[in-house]
Amino acid sequence: MVKVKDLHKYFGDLHVLRGINLKVEKGEVVVVIGPSGSGKSTLLRCINHLEIPTSGEVHIDGVNLDDGTVDINLIRQTAGMVFQQFNLFPHLTILDNICLAPTKVLKMPIEEAHELGRALLKKVGLADKEAAYPHQLSGGQQQRAAIARALAMRPKLMLFDEPTSALDPEMIGEVLMVMKELALEGMTMIVVSHEMGFAREVADRVILMDEGLLIEEGPPREFFSNPKHDRTKAFLSKIL
Amino acid sequence: MAGAINRKLTREGTILFDLNVVARYFPFLIRGVGITIQFTFISFLIAIVLGLLIALGRVSNNKIIRVPCQIYIDFIRGTPLLAQIYLVHFGLPQIFHYKPVGYIDALIALTLNSSAYMAEIYRGGIESIEKGQMEAARSLGMTYGHAMRYVILPQAIRRVIPPMGNEFITLLKESSLVSVIGMEDLMMRSKMMAGQSFRPFEAYFTTALIYLVLTFTFTRLLGYLEGRLKTGG
Repeated sequence: MVKVKDLHKYFGDLHVLRGINLKVEKGEVVVVIGPSGSGKSTLLRCINHLEIPTSGEVHIDGVNLDDGTVDINLIRQTAGMVFQQFNLFPHLTILDNICLAPTKVLKMPIEEAHELGRALLKKVGLADKEAAYPHQLSGGQQQRAAIARALAMRPKLMLFDEPTSALDPEMIGEVLMVMKELALEGMTMIVVSHEMGFAREVADRVILMDEGLLIEEGPPREFFSNPKHDRTKAFLSKIL
Repeated sequence: MAGAINRKLTREGTILFDLNVVARYFPFLIRGVGITIQFTFISFLIAIVLGLLIALGRVSNNKIIRVPCQIYIDFIRGTPLLAQIYLVHFGLPQIFHYKPVGYIDALIALTLNSSAYMAEIYRGGIESIEKGQMEAARSLGMTYGHAMRYVILPQAIRRVIPPMGNEFITLLKESSLVSVIGMEDLMMRSKMMAGQSFRPFEAYFTTALIYLVLTFTFTRLLGYLEGRLKTGG
């Protein structure tokens, strides 16, 4: 589903990604952890080309995003993204937030989009909030709405960029629940997160990133109980 | 009535402020208000559109579009409106060999001037929208144009309405400069009144008051509209 080959990203002189190689299979849930500034978010943003890689290749669903002929907007439709700060559109109701891209990008008729939107809101437990504006919702509700918005484009892949980091502790569970459900339905997911419980329970694979490199990866049980790399041990000892 | 008040303004037989002159010329001045408001409204309305286009060019990632827009804005904002009016009215006809029409030239100069300021107002609004909004829209597969149109601009427009009101007031006042190329606006008529009546103080003071009434009225009106827009969601 996703293949990343020797990916490098510079911000000016700053070498943020230093040669990332990563393969994610269809239906796989990969959780990426690592200290802040390690390049996790940048990697995620390079995958859907919100950031353009300095060098290297990203393939999604067999399509090479970097061969210069690809319509990046088409690719982004297949890769939904959920942000730390939700980034809901504040001037639109929750339902309109969800329906905007399907109607404008996919040219879906408005009735069909509304139907889809309502179904997705029900799925994330916000059926009664369709007419609300984002600022009227709690953080957890906003993030669930943002997940619904991404799902409305029927993506084959979902990218989560620290989806629970901006949330009050009591709201983290409801968002993780929605993500878990999604994983169980077979969605391919790459999740940057520090929710170790979620990683343990849901991830097929956990990856530690540090200083722009993938340090260690493995199935969660092995990764957490028997880390091989010193940097993994050091990082885990700090957060567990 | 005017006579009674006049007596109070009289000192040692000299009339300090002759209300009779004001009363006599008032209708004459008021006829200039129409032209002033005409110039203000027409330039403002065109600048609302032109300013947006220039602002979109100014924030574009494409250098070929962005740089000319930036030069335009810098040139207009860095030079006096008076110089721009002369340039349009006297300068361009010399280069392109046509007969200048004052009314058109005045409108062009005011519009070009206001568009640059308006572009900066729009740009401020666009850049005040959190970066995450554009990213979220793009991550959904929307094009840059779609994202601008449906996500960024609707939010930005609300934020630019107050500074746009200020720009309107500025334009109303600055439009007085078109009198230098013979437009019979309020300012021009006050010069004529001063010349004909030999009472420049009455002429210019009355004119200043008329401008004040205009700006005050429009400021209030704009404030009211702003309030309506805010509560309107």
